[in-house]
Amino acid sequence: MHPSSMRIKKSVGAMVATEPFWLRALLIGAAYLIIGALILVPIVYVFVQAFAEGWTGYINNLVRDKDTLHSIWLTLSVAPLAVLFNTVLGIAAAWCLTRFKFPGRTLLVTLLDVPFAISPVVVGLMFLMLFGMQGFFGPTLQQWGVKIVFAWPGLVLATTFVTLPFVARELIPLMESLGDEEEVAAVSLGANPWQLFWRITLPNIKWGLVYGMIQCNARAIGEFGAVYVISGHIAGETDTMPLRVEKLFQEYNNPGSFAVASLLTLMALGTLLGKYVLELWIARQIASHQSDVEGT
Amino acid sequence: MSIKIQNVSKKFGSFTALDNVTLDVPSGTLLALLGPSGSGKTTLLRIIAGLEHGDTGSIHVEESDVTGLSARERQVGFVFQHYALFKHMSVFENIAFGMRVRHLPDAEVRARVMELLHLVRLEGLGGRYPSELSGGQRQRVALARALAVRPRLLLLDEPFGALDAKVRQELRTWLRKLHEEMHVTTVFVTHDQEEAFEVADQVVVMRQGHIEQAGSPQDVFDHPATPFVMDFLGHVNVFHGRLEAGQVHLEGFAMDTPEYQHSGSRDATAYVRPHEVDLHRSAQSDTSLPVRVVHVNPAGPVTRVRLISESFGVAINCDLSADRYSELRPRPGEDMFATPKRVRVFLPEDYVI
Repeated sequence: MHPSSMRIKKSVGAMVATEPFWLRALLIGAAYLIIGALILVPIVYVFVQAFAEGWTGYINNLVRDKDTLHSIWLTLSVAPLAVLFNTVLGIAAAWCLTRFKFPGRTLLVTLLDVPFAISPVVVGLMFLMLFGMQGFFGPTLQQWGVKIVFAWPGLVLATTFVTLPFVARELIPLMESLGDEEEVAAVSLGANPWQLFWRITLPNIKWGLVYGMIQCNARAIGEFGAVYVISGHIAGETDTMPLRVEKLFQEYNNPGSFAVASLLTLMALGTLLGKYVLELWIARQIASHQSDVEGT
Repeated sequence: MSIKIQNVSKKFGSFTALDNVTLDVPSGTLLALLGPSGSGKTTLLRIIAGLEHGDTGSIHVEESDVTGLSARERQVGFVFQHYALFKHMSVFENIAFGMRVRHLPDAEVRARVMELLHLVRLEGLGGRYPSELSGGQRQRVALARALAVRPRLLLLDEPFGALDAKVRQELRTWLRKLHEEMHVTTVFVTHDQEEAFEVADQVVVMRQGHIEQAGSPQDVFDHPATPFVMDFLGHVNVFHGRLEAGQVHLEGFAMDTPEYQHSGSRDATAYVRPHEVDLHRSAQSDTSLPVRVVHVNPAGPVTRVRLISESFGVAINCDLSADRYSELRPRPGEDMFATPKRVRVFLPEDYVI
């Protein structure tokens, strides 16, 4: 190690040590307390409630109830579809916004955040107004026999809208920092747009993309407000898992409600784990790259 | 393949990058586009490559009009200043890229990449990644990658700009040698006049979107067409004076200028290169100017002497060869005579620096 960097490290350590012990203990203790009280305890409580009737009760609550089963299936199909749409839309938006200069570009970047800014309930109402029977497109859609409101296309639409910015938001700064040099080089070497995307752009943005997709997926699974409005809340038809949790809870079926909630929590924890593993993996990639460079 | 550039103009907003540029590049030449930043040299190169399209004008390669063709269709090898290597691909795959996207058979690709690795002296490094290479090695990979698809033209944008002086020198010599072996028509952009003169057969000096002068390096250096070229290609001493009946009267001396036979008197500016100033202890002719030695710097291949003409308040730079210096040994504070061996006179309408 370089002597000067050692000295810096030491002085940083010394600075930390100058804080009195009681202050450090207090701050660190407070941090643990808050995380414990606000995050850990509720999560544990969800599982405690879910298993109030034991393992068999838990399984029965999930499997024996046809409406609950349907809600699980619905969530597991709506969320991936929303992620898929947002992946395609996000890449297209990021590409368009970082590779072309056109009037209104900054306005578009700002508009991209609208789904985050608007309350999901309002989003649901918006789509209800647009595609519902009293809505703008409603009668036309009915003539064509297309059902969006109170049906699964509406769920996909609302979920996609609410989670729209995740992928694009992740990719725009990434693609901006990468620049278009490699892409221009590939074009000059004869790559067509398709080859350009699959061989150059995608490998360069893949980790950012996966990260965006993971976040998008987490949000899509948990979406409640917009879906609540546009689904019509029909058990066994348009109820997703979050809606099912709420309905069972309203029906005083606490074990059933918490069983579904625990499954949602598990999915969220799984997503978090995926994110964590991905971050570790990327850090390791970067570290091995750097040691390679230093080695030569 | 020859390149014919005709009346190409390009504007970026209100900025004119190229203003009606016409240029012929004969087949097999190694041509340097030389100029300060903002002179339009890179824009011209990118227009030849098809990475940029001119607002007006046409580009012909050999006899075919390529003006409307995209970069992909032009079969041009382009080397970028910052290499633009594909970070996620090995050296081998970087070089193979152009052939892969054309779906050439694997055996052929392999053979060609090996051949190119040999050509750019990177045998055995095919499995490395760009981040594991030095700057000079990266630039050679970029060159191999551009050559892999047997381009009709090779275009290089400030190819050695990001490298340190020693590597840059090596690569210049190597590029020259490579060009002699391959004979691909090559155009490279540089702001370094030394680099242009050392490597190129033809030098094109650009300024503010137009061509100031084109010719062989020697031609351009010995007969600069404008004061800008004169100034850009090395240090100059500038004298202001009057032109009268075939003679220019400058601060302290007069010289014959048979090429300007104007009647009447007009302003003129004379340019003298430092190595074209001689120094003596006695006046040599009526072109000798009494000067005082201010500073002597004998480091390097020439000794740089700074002189001042006190009667006219003009500072003059003079480069003496090592022989001349050891013969003369000027000391700071000494009074001597400076004699320009060669003067180039430009009238103000030619150009004002």
